[in-house]
Amino acid sequence: MRAMNKLKGLNRTARKNYLTYALVIAAYIILEAMMRGGGMKAATKGMLVPICAYIVMALSLNLTVGVMGELSLGHAGFMSVGAFCGTAATMCLRDSMPSAGLRLFIGIVIGAVAAAIIGFLIGIPVLRLRGDYLAIVTLAFGEIIKSLVGNVYMGIDQGHLKFSMFTNELNMSPEGKIIIEGAMGIRSIPKIATFTAGFILIMISLVVIFHMVGSRTGRAIMAIRDNYIAAESIGIPAFKYKITAFTISAAMAGAAGALFGNNYSSLIASKFNIDTSILVLVFVVLGGQGNMLGSIIAAAALTILPEALRGFADYRMLMYAVILIAVMLISNNAKIKDILKNIAEKRTAKQLAKGGASDE
Amino acid sequence: MSFLNYLVSGLSLGSVYAIIALGYTMVYGIAKMLNFAHGDVIMVGAYVCFFAFTRYGLNPFISVILAMLVCTCLGIVIEKLAYKPLRAAPSLAVLITAIGVSYLLQNLALLFWSSNPKVFNSIIPNKSLDLGGLTVSYITLFTIAVCIVIMIVLTTFINKTKLGKAMRAVSEDKGAAQLMGIDVNTTISVTFAIGSGLAAIAGVLLCSAYPNLTPTTGSMPGIKAFTAAVFGGIGSIPGAFLGGLMLGVIENLAKAYISTQISDAIVFGVLIIVLLVKPAGLLGKRAQEKV
Amino acid sequence: MNMKKFFAIFLAAMMIFSLAACSGGSTEPAQPADGGESEGAVTIKIGATGPLTGGAAIYGQAVKNGAEIAVEEVNAMGGIQFEFNMQDDTHDPEKAENAYNALVDWGMDMMMGTVTSAPAEVTSADAYADRYFFLTPSASSTNVIDGKDNVFQMCFTDPNQGTGSATYISEKNLGSKIAIIWKNDDSYSTGIRNTFVEQAAALGLEIVTEETFTEATKTDFSVQISKCQEAGADLVFLPMYYEPASLILNQANAVGYAPTWFGVDGMDGILTMEGFDTSLAEGVIVLTPYSADDSSALNQNFVKKYQDKFGEVPNQFAADGYDCIYAMYKAATEAGIDPASMDHSAICDAMVAKFTSMTFDGLTGASMTWGKDGTVSKLPNAVVIQNGVYVGM
Repeated sequence: MRAMNKLKGLNRTARKNYLTYALVIAAYIILEAMMRGGGMKAATKGMLVPICAYIVMALSLNLTVGVMGELSLGHAGFMSVGAFCGTAATMCLRDSMPSAGLRLFIGIVIGAVAAAIIGFLIGIPVLRLRGDYLAIVTLAFGEIIKSLVGNVYMGIDQGHLKFSMFTNELNMSPEGKIIIEGAMGIRSIPKIATFTAGFILIMISLVVIFHMVGSRTGRAIMAIRDNYIAAESIGIPAFKYKITAFTISAAMAGAAGALFGNNYSSLIASKFNIDTSILVLVFVVLGGQGNMLGSIIAAAALTILPEALRGFADYRMLMYAVILIAVMLISNNAKIKDILKNIAEKRTAKQLAKGGASDE
Repeated sequence: MSFLNYLVSGLSLGSVYAIIALGYTMVYGIAKMLNFAHGDVIMVGAYVCFFAFTRYGLNPFISVILAMLVCTCLGIVIEKLAYKPLRAAPSLAVLITAIGVSYLLQNLALLFWSSNPKVFNSIIPNKSLDLGGLTVSYITLFTIAVCIVIMIVLTTFINKTKLGKAMRAVSEDKGAAQLMGIDVNTTISVTFAIGSGLAAIAGVLLCSAYPNLTPTTGSMPGIKAFTAAVFGGIGSIPGAFLGGLMLGVIENLAKAYISTQISDAIVFGVLIIVLLVKPAGLLGKRAQEKV
Repeated sequence: MNMKKFFAIFLAAMMIFSLAACSGGSTEPAQPADGGESEGAVTIKIGATGPLTGGAAIYGQAVKNGAEIAVEEVNAMGGIQFEFNMQDDTHDPEKAENAYNALVDWGMDMMMGTVTSAPAEVTSADAYADRYFFLTPSASSTNVIDGKDNVFQMCFTDPNQGTGSATYISEKNLGSKIAIIWKNDDSYSTGIRNTFVEQAAALGLEIVTEETFTEATKTDFSVQISKCQEAGADLVFLPMYYEPASLILNQANAVGYAPTWFGVDGMDGILTMEGFDTSLAEGVIVLTPYSADDSSALNQNFVKKYQDKFGEVPNQFAADGYDCIYAMYKAATEAGIDPASMDHSAICDAMVAKFTSMTFDGLTGASMTWGKDGTVSKLPNAVVIQNGVYVGM
């Protein structure tokens, strides 16, 4: 009873946050049980980790697009940095660290830190711009990252890391091992990413985001989003808050990348192109800007959708495009919006009436 | 090869970007919408022209007109079905719908015309003009000429005609334009129709210069041209022309003097620097923020 | 707030639908076997993945078309029946893994590989771990086969082509100053270039310049061409697919640059692009195992069927797909494969044993044999293009 009262006492945001946690945990338990029980198709099982990675990507971008209100078209770049650093790290540690879980943890941390550093450095110039110009500059940075990462050669040779750019000039000794091989990327990666790790990463991301949105920083960022000039005029240091959020967002994308990279036996730089950035943006817009639960569901649904459409054979991607357009049109249809609004108003009115009655 | 020659080859690449960027910037400037499907309308235009000219041997001029007609109709249909219902929606929703339309066009093209590349027979002879060691291809000269003509026509149209004035009014302030009795919806639809017609010309010129035609032909040049439009100041018609040419020149000089491996990175790097120095692009107007 | 709730519900419903569809065996075979065969006929389910949509769709579609013709022929013979199911991987390792899993759910018995290299590295690793027999038509990277006993290639490996090309150029003295144009964000192109450079150094060939391009810059080659020209290259090596190569030939022709062009197997198909001016390719040397002009009865039959069915001339990818099905048919018949009594790992072992011991004649080579490492041994055919057709050298 007391718990119930406590729950009622919470404001709407907090209630929604707890609902999000609860749903994610429930989904995890159900899916994990299905997997343990062996009642899961290989196709479903194979999608669990990428779905987790995309969910974290969507949450991360939602922090930039939804909470901060700035359009980023280069988010795949941070994912790329995280994926390559994180996966290279787990590959280097393969011999010296037998525990896959620990390696993955270190890989994700390294991926997140590397992406955070890049995010911070990119944020300094980018966040001085606004609107579409900010969007195009993030797109430019995303492409720059892709093109640089695709030209990196890295090897480990008797405990030393060796790097070269553009061509393979590592001069490895026979015992040396090439880790990143330019356009061919990282190969023969042991698949150590797990669904549980993905779940934990989603939970951490949610905690970070909810905590941040509810904090002073979050309120400041949203004030800047809603009215930049007003926020500046009351002395909110917009740049400082924005770069904090941007760096956190980049770190989360990096962590997602590290999880993603460790889930496939090969990793190539061209995967993280503008199409991937846009895909993640679609998750965020479809799920609702600022709506974390929406992002989670949209990321999962849109990752599954093309797979679910395999039955359409040659018409698969056509169907995907049609569904995408249809969803955007339906969800923004003024009539449907009105109907929903009416229902909502009636319900609120009822609740108000009820509330008023019980007060007496 | 001399610097001058690299410059000219850059201009020829840039002229193609410029003509695509004109369509981008026109739609953005008036409808305030990033039409990511523009590159794919270009692809459709090129296919129509390919079938008319190469396969059925029609007169090149008629083929181009036919491509323009098809693209204009396509633009109107897309606008009516996919963008018009979203007039009141947030701009990001329209952006995502445009991406959906882009996927749709690419996959329809794949089903109808297969993935096998078609080689586009240039409507302009693939010859070069020799100016004492400096070679300029006819396609480049023609593309630049077409760009300039389109630029002049568009500018005159927007500045002098009634519809053009309506377009400017809509781009300044939709609400106020409506109050002044301008039919905002029709104005935006017309903008789309014109933009799509331009896309057909761009498609024909793109494939005349680089004759491979596949369902994804339009997507990369589309993104590059979008970059060019921003570079020159998105919404500005001379800016798109200048941005396109500059982008082509920078790309080719980067390839020639720095490295072909990271020419993309260099192009985008220059773009970033320009936007940091001039946040509204080369010729863009800095919008005054309303307080 | 309520809009968002509506969204959430809508999307959740969509997701449930998707999941249901996913588990509901939605992966229909693209090419079901002809029904009504004699009772107790052995039916083998062959899975495949390749890019059927997106920028690399040309290669996946060609393999699919070639393989479908072979499957029809095999099924008409009345012996072992094949069910062929090719899933789209959009040339993306992530999607390839999904496609592979969908095939596993479909109940695939063996796999006719993955068409392109980067996705094939993922699917072959899975097939190795899960013990499915794996024969790729055209994924030429060595990493696809490295350390995997059950993975075989129908095409040459990248090193084979790189060293092969360098050796051939050196032996025949085709050029003294060599330039290379390669695609530096593509593993096929990079792989061949790397081994070519190594072998060229060993043979003392002089490489005067190396120029690159990427997916984003694959239209304009004017700078690359004029740099080759400036460096005085008399032979330009083009380790790439035919689509960018055709643009290079076109643009070089426009500026009047005519070195010896040397291509690898990805170049095959250039002559059959609709509208391509074959005079541009005059004198191009291609190291390829297949030629659509080959006059053998086997090839004439294939080319005719392909043209009737798809309205296009087949390229090397289509021939690889066709050969893969026949090679699998031959091995499966001789090894007495029967999915009714064998699981996929038993099938895999039997197929591996057969593959490493049999000899196979196909469109892309006669007397092909496979090594334990998965590489094919057949003769690369250097051909030169004259008057729009391949002529043996």
